[in-house]
Amino acid sequence: MTTTLYTSDHEWLAIDGDVATVGITDYAQQQLGDVVFVELPKVGRALKKTEAAAVVESVKAASDVYAPISGEVLEVNEGLASEPALVNSDAQGKAWFFKIKIADKSELGGLMDEAAYKAHTA
Amino acid sequence: MLARDDQNSLRRTPLYALHVSLGGKMVPFAGYEMPVQYPAGVLKEHVHTRSSAGLFDVSHMGQIRLLPKSGRLEDAAKALERLVPQDIVALAPGRQRYAQFTNADGGILDDLMVANFGDHLFLVVNAACKAEDEAHLRARLSDDCIIDSLADRALIALQGPKAEAVLAKFCAEASAMKFMDAGPRKVDGIDCFVSRSGYTGEDGFEISVPAGDAERLAKALLDNSDVLPIGLGARDSLRLEAGLCLYGHDIDTTTTPVEAALEWSVQKSRRTGGFPGAAKILADFDQGASRRRVGLRAEGRAPVREGAPLFADATSSEPIGKVTSGGFGPSLNAPVAMGCVPTAQSALGTQLFAEVRGQRLALQVAAMPFVKNTYKR
Repeated sequence: MTTTLYTSDHEWLAIDGDVATVGITDYAQQQLGDVVFVELPKVGRALKKTEAAAVVESVKAASDVYAPISGEVLEVNEGLASEPALVNSDAQGKAWFFKIKIADKSELGGLMDEAAYKAHTA
Repeated sequence: MLARDDQNSLRRTPLYALHVSLGGKMVPFAGYEMPVQYPAGVLKEHVHTRSSAGLFDVSHMGQIRLLPKSGRLEDAAKALERLVPQDIVALAPGRQRYAQFTNADGGILDDLMVANFGDHLFLVVNAACKAEDEAHLRARLSDDCIIDSLADRALIALQGPKAEAVLAKFCAEASAMKFMDAGPRKVDGIDCFVSRSGYTGEDGFEISVPAGDAERLAKALLDNSDVLPIGLGARDSLRLEAGLCLYGHDIDTTTTPVEAALEWSVQKSRRTGGFPGAAKILADFDQGASRRRVGLRAEGRAPVREGAPLFADATSSEPIGKVTSGGFGPSLNAPVAMGCVPTAQSALGTQLFAEVRGQRLALQVAAMPFVKNTYKR
């Protein structure tokens, strides 16, 4: 069973055991507008919580995507390289960015559940 | 008069309420609250303009009339020639041309459009420069001209392959106009100034309309299913693909018209001087400028944006220039940029590198416009 958590920087994490799948929220893609390029971290990179992990570029501007938690990058969504518009059409589904091996489960405690995130973006 | 929002002192154009009602996302731009995009989004707005027609509110730009005190247009034309390296005297009635105000060092104070309206000249200048431009004109031309700033008019651009058919429904004479024709025309019974020009690389028109009639005219044009409202986001990507300069970014007080690759805009008849900065600009014509504005195409998919340093190779530590504007070109489905580089590195096909987030991305100097223009000449 997966649990979805959110950051105040508009990333989502689907937690499945000790693996988190990370992407940007539907709210974030709406704010960004048409996404034209996504730069993903290298598989194997050890990310520290809050460091810039990926970049998402809309027609208007480039935005950093921060590592919501610490851990090693296990897999990245190569499909976003050829179809960055997936971020607009399915931000919280097919347009996941990367999967990370959760280094410290206590970091999850600082994240929001869906109700808290909804209140955050209201 | 244009309304002023007291809370943040941003000005609003006569079409502000219309933008809001159309779902425009309003942002501060050159002292105005302007729509950066509508619900369709920048990509769709851009592509729609190239395939059909887009309506742009460019009322933030300055509209200024120069009326000769002598009553002879040639005197206003001669006076304006003291401030620009363009041939204004030879500009025929009903015609418009692109010009630049230059400074004593040959740099560009602003770029503008100048039209001959028969008994006066009509100027359209950039929003961010309009107060300085007006002061410059008053300080330098008041002996010869009445400088009349038209603050009570909106400016609407209608651009794209369907623009002519749409405008012809309201102004039968529009179809007979050629690229850079300009003059007073009735549009839907309203006294307008219409020019066949724009800032997208597409065929189209710019329509100066009294502020009180602007919303009615904009709505009438938008009632046509071929026309979508277009925000500043797509206006920028359209002009970038068209290879057109954005003042304050690709050109400014430190770039001469030759460095800006705008030689075509300086008529041969003026390459003898008589304008600010003539010594520098004529020397650039004679000996070549040391640097030059070029088009840049990336080999990868990552947009290369304004300010990115440019390098001659993948490892050198000293930048040779920088990107002056850049982003994603929706019609090309690829990144596109302009930059300023040493003339030695400005030849088409030259490989350069831009540094983006610590990585060197390969670029090639490419011909502009990036997208073929469709002006009706």
